[in-house]
Amino acid sequence: MKKNEEKLSKPVTSTKGPGMKRRNFLKLLGGGILIFFQPWNVADLLAVPQQQRRTLTKDYNAFIHIAEDGNISCFTGKIEMGQGIITSLAMMMADELNVPFERVTMVMGDTDLCPYDAGTWGSQSTQTFGPAMRAAAAEAKAVLLDMASAKIGVPVSRLEVKDGIIADTSNPGNSVSYAQLAKGQKLEKYLEVKPASEEYTKFTYVGKPFNRVDAIEKVTGRAKYTGDLKIPGMVFARILRPPSHGAKLISADVSGAEKISDVEVVRDGDFIAVISGNKDKVDEAIVKIKAEYTFNEMPVSDKTVFDWMVKAESRVSVVRTGGDIEEGRKQSDKVFESEYHDPYVAHAAIETHTALAHMEGEKMNVWASTQSPFGLQDAIVNELKMTRETVRVRTPYVGGGFGGKGAYQQGVEAARLAKLTRKPVMLVWTRDEEFFYDTFHTANVIKVSSGIDKSGLITFWDYHVWFAGTRGAEIIYDVPNFKTTSYSENASAFRVHPFGTGAWRAPNNNSNTFARELQIDMMASAAGIDPLDFRLKNLKDEKMIACLKSVADKFGYVPARTPGNRGIGIACGHDAGTWVAEIVEVKVDKGTGKVQVVRVACSQDMGLCVNPEGALLQMEGCISMALGYTFSEEVHFEGGNILDRGFDTYQIPKMSWLPKIDCVILERKDKPPKGGGEPAIIAVGAAVANAIHDATGARLYRTPMTPERVLEAIKKV
Amino acid sequence: MEETIRFTLNGKKTELLTDPSQTLVWVLRNQLGLTGTKWGCGAGFCGACTVLLDGEPVRSCSLPVSDVAGKKVITIEGLEKKGKLHPVQKAFVEHDALQCGFCTPGMILTSVSLLQKNPSPTRQEVIEALDENLCRCTAHVRIIDAVMDASKVMKGGK
Repeated sequence: MKKNEEKLSKPVTSTKGPGMKRRNFLKLLGGGILIFFQPWNVADLLAVPQQQRRTLTKDYNAFIHIAEDGNISCFTGKIEMGQGIITSLAMMMADELNVPFERVTMVMGDTDLCPYDAGTWGSQSTQTFGPAMRAAAAEAKAVLLDMASAKIGVPVSRLEVKDGIIADTSNPGNSVSYAQLAKGQKLEKYLEVKPASEEYTKFTYVGKPFNRVDAIEKVTGRAKYTGDLKIPGMVFARILRPPSHGAKLISADVSGAEKISDVEVVRDGDFIAVISGNKDKVDEAIVKIKAEYTFNEMPVSDKTVFDWMVKAESRVSVVRTGGDIEEGRKQSDKVFESEYHDPYVAHAAIETHTALAHMEGEKMNVWASTQSPFGLQDAIVNELKMTRETVRVRTPYVGGGFGGKGAYQQGVEAARLAKLTRKPVMLVWTRDEEFFYDTFHTANVIKVSSGIDKSGLITFWDYHVWFAGTRGAEIIYDVPNFKTTSYSENASAFRVHPFGTGAWRAPNNNSNTFARELQIDMMASAAGIDPLDFRLKNLKDEKMIACLKSVADKFGYVPARTPGNRGIGIACGHDAGTWVAEIVEVKVDKGTGKVQVVRVACSQDMGLCVNPEGALLQMEGCISMALGYTFSEEVHFEGGNILDRGFDTYQIPKMSWLPKIDCVILERKDKPPKGGGEPAIIAVGAAVANAIHDATGARLYRTPMTPERVLEAIKKV
Repeated sequence: MEETIRFTLNGKKTELLTDPSQTLVWVLRNQLGLTGTKWGCGAGFCGACTVLLDGEPVRSCSLPVSDVAGKKVITIEGLEKKGKLHPVQKAFVEHDALQCGFCTPGMILTSVSLLQKNPSPTRQEVIEALDENLCRCTAHVRIIDAVMDASKVMKGGK
């Protein structure tokens, strides 16, 4: 805090920060005190797709507003989609500023009111944004203390804040509230803050279980999602879609749709839509359009994709290497070669991509379910040849994202229709469209070659990963000779995916963890060593060791060689700065191949846990969601045609699949907080595969482990 | 052709001039402003659009509004009584039985119907009753806990 004192003593009242063009937020908010801060560094921006990046190096992309009534708001481009940051970030603010939780509001995802933010993903909100916001809040408090000191004539050292009131510790009657200080002010401050890492123990809210602030609205139906909004004169739209990716429209006969009462056909070149004030009418009309297409299918399907990927012309890079693979091979007593497959997986949020757009005069107002309101704003600006000043995107509650709502095509489409028709247009993607235009978790192939010596120590690790990226691809074990080679898409030379792909909860870390942890299990089994002992023997990573030991404790793990007819499996890894270990127990029906997970124990080291209740919810959610990619989720396709377009064939986890779940969050109050929304999803598939092996001796080298595949593997034993 | 449909909606007699072939979900959401009923798949698979029809959970996306004539419809907005949450709603809040909240109204209504018919369900019965309601954020554990808890509270007459 000290570092900034000098700067703070000279209030900056200009509305222009250093080196930036800035909208006049004070004018928008009508007064009070604004504290701008900069939660992102350049490294964070590298994760943002090129087209969504803005020059940000000296920008301030969040601020805290102390309003004239003493209420505190944090304005951020981040959004709430169920992950709970609307609660956890507000808890941090309330603590840092010593105000009651009820007086803190998070204003999120409004491109007019909030400073630029690339998007909400990668478990970054709490670990990167949180500490910066806390530091800014601490600075805001310092500003308020300075002002209070001047106002009531008491040195700052004698002041204390409680419930938003600053008082003289030696004369508590001499006090002034935040509201009184903010009254009549028009003050803006730009702070160079460093994320704080002070002790968290003194906090009222942070670190203690806390229920969601949005819960009451959500259980009563009052919470507004994009699709719940209504503007007078609003029409619903449906857009004519090609039957497969790559198909081109040659002709369309819209007369059938035009005949339906209250329906209007909108056409702009190949872009054809129907609109009506009656939602059922647009559904009826869209299928009446007779359209013809030419097809240009890529010769690949879900059956051939793995072979296709390995043969594809790709960009090859050695991610990390050490020692000498060949030397390690020579030292090996046993060598293991395996190939692992993982298919395309859908995001399948229950709320489909939805947007409402309304053009009033020159201003385009858009409300959208998106993880990237500013990305959508830019896309509309580019596609509709508008300016940023004339496009405002707002983000009501988002009904689940999981990475899938980083894409915002629906928002651009709604804006386009609003511009063409000059009517407020509501576009709710159908479930079919949601599957068709999803940016799937990418399919991938991983080949691992590894060895152990006679004592059960890993001698070498040669890891090749096609199209799963490198998140989770590191060898977490202590291996002298290792090499990780990544093969990624070289789109200009060869297009690999016939449709969109993108980030899916802990992007592809589950694929890498699956391959690594099965390979480890295989070696443990061949060495005749208990899989937990084998891991501990080959690990030096203290965090991983602590997670494994605590999860074994929680589970009541008894060491044994595998397969041991028990159905117990282990896997571990790390993601988003968080370490995680899981032990599962399964029951395998050897007649049908059906596998039921009986229980899961999970231990996590996530640094300081800001909201233990929220973190547990995320861990349980990750584990339950993981049952989908583990057992059933796979997008079937033939060229550009997506064959799974609904929940009839694409099965996501159901209540009856649920195991008993026991979670441990390791006490790390002295460490900065890390990501909590994704890590626990990465190890479930691997732990289950290892448990199936323990139960039956059968090895499955791919997800999802459907009953047919389990049966087939059992037959091979 | 529009027709007049009469039914009881959240305890109130309702008369509506509407296209009888429209689905109940869009009549509720668009004509009656009851947007707590969500639209998730349009094919009856996800359960987000669940409402109670004469006490039974039904998928309002697959039901023409003409089918509710003369019947009683309860939506999520009809559960609160005099500003007081229904015990199932309260239990969902207390158990953090939701994340994005999009499946929540359907989950709650299906649970209310279960508890009306079976005030003391076993855990397994709760799972079976809710098995066709999908939740992608996977708050499942908390949802089951919440319903079990609500059943205890309701029996106690609280």
